Amino acid sequence: MNKLEVKLGDLTLKNPVIPASGTFGFGYEFARFYDLNILGSMSLKGTTKDPRYGNPLPRIAETERGIINAIGLQNPGIDAVIANELPKLKPLYNDKVIANISGFSVDEYVHTASMFDKEDQVGILEINISCPNVKAGGMAFGTSAENAAMVCREVKKAVKKPVFMKLSPNVTDIVAIAKACEEAGADGISLINTMLGMRIDLKTGKPIVSTKMAGFSGPAIKPVAVRMVYQVYEAVKIPIIGIGGIATAEDVIEFMMAGASAVQVGAQNLVNPYACRDIINDLPKVMEKYRIEKLSDIIGKAH
Amino acid sequence: MDHIQIYTIKSNVKIAEDTFKMVLSGDTSLITAPGQFVNIQLDGLYLRRPISIHDWDEQSFTIIYKVVGKGTEQMSKMAEGEKLDILMGLGNGYTVMDKQNVAVVGGGVGVPPLYAMAKKLKAEGKHVIAVLGFGYKDQVFCEEEFKAVCDEVYVTTNDGSYGIKGFVTTAMEGKNIEYFYACGPEPMLKALHKTGIPGQLSFEARMGCGFGGCMGCSCKTLTGYKRICVEGPVMLTEEVTFDE
Ligand SMILES: Cc1cc2nc3c(=O)[nH]c(=O)nc-3n(C[C@H](O)[C@H](O)[C@H](O)COP(=O)(O)OP(=O)(O)OC[C@H]3O[C@@H](n4cnc5c(N)ncnc54)[C@H](O)[C@@H]3O)c2cc1C
Ligand SMILES: Cc1cc2nc3c(=O)[nH]c(=O)nc-3n(C[C@H](O)[C@H](O)[C@H](O)COP(=O)(O)O)c2cc1C
Ligand code: FES
Repeated sequence: MNKLEVKLGDLTLKNPVIPASGTFGFGYEFARFYDLNILGSMSLKGTTKDPRYGNPLPRIAETERGIINAIGLQNPGIDAVIANELPKLKPLYNDKVIANISGFSVDEYVHTASMFDKEDQVGILEINISCPNVKAGGMAFGTSAENAAMVCREVKKAVKKPVFMKLSPNVTDIVAIAKACEEAGADGISLINTMLGMRIDLKTGKPIVSTKMAGFSGPAIKPVAVRMVYQVYEAVKIPIIGIGGIATAEDVIEFMMAGASAVQVGAQNLVNPYACRDIINDLPKVMEKYRIEKLSDIIGKAH
Repeated sequence: MDHIQIYTIKSNVKIAEDTFKMVLSGDTSLITAPGQFVNIQLDGLYLRRPISIHDWDEQSFTIIYKVVGKGTEQMSKMAEGEKLDILMGLGNGYTVMDKQNVAVVGGGVGVPPLYAMAKKLKAEGKHVIAVLGFGYKDQVFCEEEFKAVCDEVYVTTNDGSYGIKGFVTTAMEGKNIEYFYACGPEPMLKALHKTGIPGQLSFEARMGCGFGGCMGCSCKTLTGYKRICVEGPVMLTEEVTFDE
């Protein structure tokens, strides 16, 4: 057996390295940098029922070892993703991809998930519940266990493919939300999404990005993400995809020891488009250094 | 070959107030058109810094940058022989149009990318007018370089301390300009757009990646949403809108 191989439920990945949603477009943008087939899988740009432009510029601010983004889920909408984006990626990537799904109502999640469910290229449906629930005053679905479970339950009823719930870290009790999703039938948990952050421009005295507050990620958030993966691993039996600040092969191992079965690399793809390739290439060396024979052996080792 | 390469600084000199010119040696095969940019990694800073290509040949390329913050400050202190990690050949760049009487119009640190464009236009036999706009005398740079490759060169300063007093549009009045290629601050691009002369405008945005991965730089145009880093930074006057 390939010593980098890991399992996410019934799906076998040749290695645990997956580019994270929103930092890898619909995949094909990165094909000019390297052969995408080296990747364990890839999580595509968050897709909604209708096309979205997203937020006004500026959408990006830099911070120490991190980035703040206010993209606002720009995407062409599910119909165009199926008609144009998936076919463009198809000749470039042979394994199954992860469809990342956003919505502003339960119906929208169910609609988009059902559409992706019919696509052969898609192996996992990843439900991003960091979006505001428009009908319930705009509070994010992911900030309450009941709302998270409701989305999960309704999507599960409508689809056949495995459903991974992608959790927001902007909550007081991540464990309660993870457990609620597991009880509602989730096949796995992806965590974490971006933390809520802000940067102020000292010259203008105003927040830098147009939405003022925005999603903070990158190496700076890694300890928070490792902690949350660790906590959730203790509480649920379903597999976890660890996300947050991963930039090196050592980071991958740290997340797996905390309890992740696979990982996603986000912001680091933006500063180094070769990040995932380099991490995959470095893994065997780093495994040797820490005397790890098979990556799957170390999942949850820190417990 | 990776699109990220390590480049060696051949020279890094001050050419105007807070403005530096840096020559870097290394592979330039990914540069395809004037108006493209590179993305530079700097010590201790997470995001790369986008800077336009001023000129290039087979073994080296030149950038001109203004010190405005931590990254450009760090660059200004680097010496010959030091190395930089650079993501190459980004953006669409300018396209030479079939128009004979043309202007290259630059404002401040928007001037640099127009130099390679002026050379290209001249090589294709066009009549090239350069209009270079600055705030005041101490900011002026590259006038001699443009004089060596253009048919006419006009420098403007807002306060009249050097050249023509006024904006780039002041200097363009009454001249035979069928088409223009421009780069500069947004108010300048807007003023050029208002003249009604057709042309190509190069835009800036805060970028997450510089190569199409993040949607951080996406803007609305009359022909749909465009990423300034991939479908830009150069856009056509007829597709650009300054509303909102
Ligand atoms: C396509 C393109 C070409 C450019 N070409 C040139 C050039 O040839 N010469 C030159 O002097 N400048 C150029 N700029 C502007 C240059 O990128 C910024 O001045 C530089 O990033 C500032 O970095 P800093 O660390 O010194 O400033 P800081 O303010 O410390 O930077 C903080 C963050 O804001 C971003 N940022 C700040 N100002 C700008 C800006 N004006 N545009 C985009 N991002 C910004 C930085 O990249 C960084 O992520 C260009 C910008 C773009 C988008
Ligand atoms: C520019 C950008 C866009 C993102 N877009 C999405 C998205 O559409 N859907 C989603 O679930 N997460 C999105 N994320 C969150 C990432 O997938 C990831 O969960 C988060 O950034 C933490 O990982 P990192 O620290 O490696 O960046 C985005 C992140 C960034 C930086
Ligand atoms: S800066 Fe990332 S898409 Fe343009």
